[in-house]
Amino acid sequence: MIKKFLTYFTFPIIFVWLLVVSYNSSKRKPDSVMELITDPSWLYDWPKWLDIPLMKWINDGFKVFNEKYGIYFEVINDFLLGAILSLKKFLIVLPWPVVIALVVAIVFFSSGRKLGTTVFVGICTFFIGFLHPKFWDKAIETTSIMIIGILICIIIGIPLGIAMSRNTKVRNAILPVLDLMQTIPSFCYLIPGIMLFGLGAVPAIIATVIYAVPPLVRLTDLGITLVDTEVIEAAEAFGASKKQKLLGVQLPLALPNIMQGINQCTMMALAMVVIASMIGTRGLGDEVLLGLQQLNVGKATEAGLAIVLLAIVLDRITQAYGKKIQDRNRPPK
Amino acid sequence: MSKIEVSNIYKIFGPRAEQVLPMVKGGASKEKVMEETGHTVGLDNVSLSIEEGEIFVCMGLSGSGKSTLIRHINRLIDPTAGEVLVNNVDVCSLDEKEILDFRKKTMSMVFQRFGLFPHKTIIENVAYGLEIQEMPEDQRLEIAQGQISAVGLDGFEHQYPAQLSGGMQQRVGLARALATDPEILLMDEAFSALDPLIRSEMQNQLVDLQAKLKKTIVFITHDLDESLKLGDHIGILNGGRLVQVGKPEDIILNPADDYVKAFVKDVNRSKVLRARTIMTKLEKFDKSSVNPSTLYKYDEDTYIEDLVPKVLKERSTIEVIDKEGTTTGFITSEELSVALTKTK
Repeated sequence: MIKKFLTYFTFPIIFVWLLVVSYNSSKRKPDSVMELITDPSWLYDWPKWLDIPLMKWINDGFKVFNEKYGIYFEVINDFLLGAILSLKKFLIVLPWPVVIALVVAIVFFSSGRKLGTTVFVGICTFFIGFLHPKFWDKAIETTSIMIIGILICIIIGIPLGIAMSRNTKVRNAILPVLDLMQTIPSFCYLIPGIMLFGLGAVPAIIATVIYAVPPLVRLTDLGITLVDTEVIEAAEAFGASKKQKLLGVQLPLALPNIMQGINQCTMMALAMVVIASMIGTRGLGDEVLLGLQQLNVGKATEAGLAIVLLAIVLDRITQAYGKKIQDRNRPPK
Repeated sequence: MSKIEVSNIYKIFGPRAEQVLPMVKGGASKEKVMEETGHTVGLDNVSLSIEEGEIFVCMGLSGSGKSTLIRHINRLIDPTAGEVLVNNVDVCSLDEKEILDFRKKTMSMVFQRFGLFPHKTIIENVAYGLEIQEMPEDQRLEIAQGQISAVGLDGFEHQYPAQLSGGMQQRVGLARALATDPEILLMDEAFSALDPLIRSEMQNQLVDLQAKLKKTIVFITHDLDESLKLGDHIGILNGGRLVQVGKPEDIILNPADDYVKAFVKDVNRSKVLRARTIMTKLEKFDKSSVNPSTLYKYDEDTYIEDLVPKVLKERSTIEVIDKEGTTTGFITSEELSVALTKTK
């Protein structure tokens, strides 16, 4: 009863309050309210005073927020930057043949020793540097940002997906947030990112996480929800606790879907890299941007190709691993 | 005291089950409750008691509430009202931890579509119940190995469920349920997904196992022949109500209502009824008309299927004897034809 009362009355009250506030704060409101009745011209064109001062609120709020909590963001900034730099340094110090060998070895074992995929990925990796010697270090820079970004996605995304699958209320609360994250243009969160973390790799990681985490959350949730109810019941009937059920049955069976989520996450993160170059993130993306600025078709195409190659390499690695699990987990006929 | 005592269980599915309960208790039909409140009546005042060491078969068509009923016994489903006593303990009164313990130790379950873990090998599947009990690995694999042998699946230990046929998978399901050595075995349409030959083979295997193990088994099925073959007692559910409980013979000879009658109409009675059930008692039988040269002695537990050729072809009379060899009654073609065609 009280809940219904609240929904019926609070929303209209908030709406009216917003109208009054926007009217009062507007500089172009008529001299008196009476004018609205005597001069109905405001009904033809959208009146200047009918305007929520959202921009002002957000800007003021953000300013205060930045002043008060900016120091915490610096800590996060230092930590992430340190992680990226050390990963990058490690990969750049290694001789390039060693890196290629490393990639080949990872693919070989994660794909279940499939020779075709391994050779293909090895050639793709070689071609990144082969396209332009400058690309090798840039690709490593991009990959470092992505690896850190994807790790953060996994740390946030999988527990969130699990929470969603367990509780309808949590799901109903998180779903609109995911929709928001997927539809809001990336520049909208790149700007506050720059203001909090400055230009460079860290806001790019934040943007990457916002952009790439939704599919992982959704697919984790879906994967767990899709696990055969009879299998879950079987675990329950033997007295499995929630934790035993989750770790022993639900997660292993949802793993193909979760791997698909990580794969999607990787692809979206890579797409974000090009956009992030506009806020000064170094990597393959800024070559594309440079090509665009100089109207150099060849340069932009070369850099674009390098990104595609990098995408193929990362996609094969994550796909191959997911497929291997899926083959084993094929449900009983 | 019975092993399992279900008393006055009601289960209503829907968001406001408590509020709908009085209406169901007042005798409203399943359809009426659905129409007026949108709630589904799963079980409507079901009471039954299951004795230790027997196979109790719960039978009904789909939607009759039989699967719901069996899930109340290990409390995978909570009742809206009523109580379930297992070993004299009210299952609904157990808290979170106690119910897990109770499921671990007291009972296990076999599922219609097997419910095997596709990511575990056969031996890991069978050992799952013991894994949950946190038994050391070598110990639980040893027990699992024994159970795999008992159901005749030696050599398949390290395969995955998807590599096995349906019948073999259900044997894994059975082995998994028996591995924890539970007192009670819940079997939810365990053989319904198997083809007829395999099904009958599995039924025989269950009967053989039961002769050795003497578990209390609650078996759910929609197949009357299966319930007559396996059940010491049979309970028939219709629309969430228990319409009849009894021994197989009772169900066939005295069906409680039209629903049960329709069920038993096509049953091959000669495979269910025993000599003892249909004979004319010694004191009521006029022995003078019997020709001693065509008189045969049969044990009182013989299925009448075995008597039919003797009686109908050779026009002989059957003398029914009990375990000690004392004559208890007689069967002639008259008793036989009554038993095979009419209800009492």
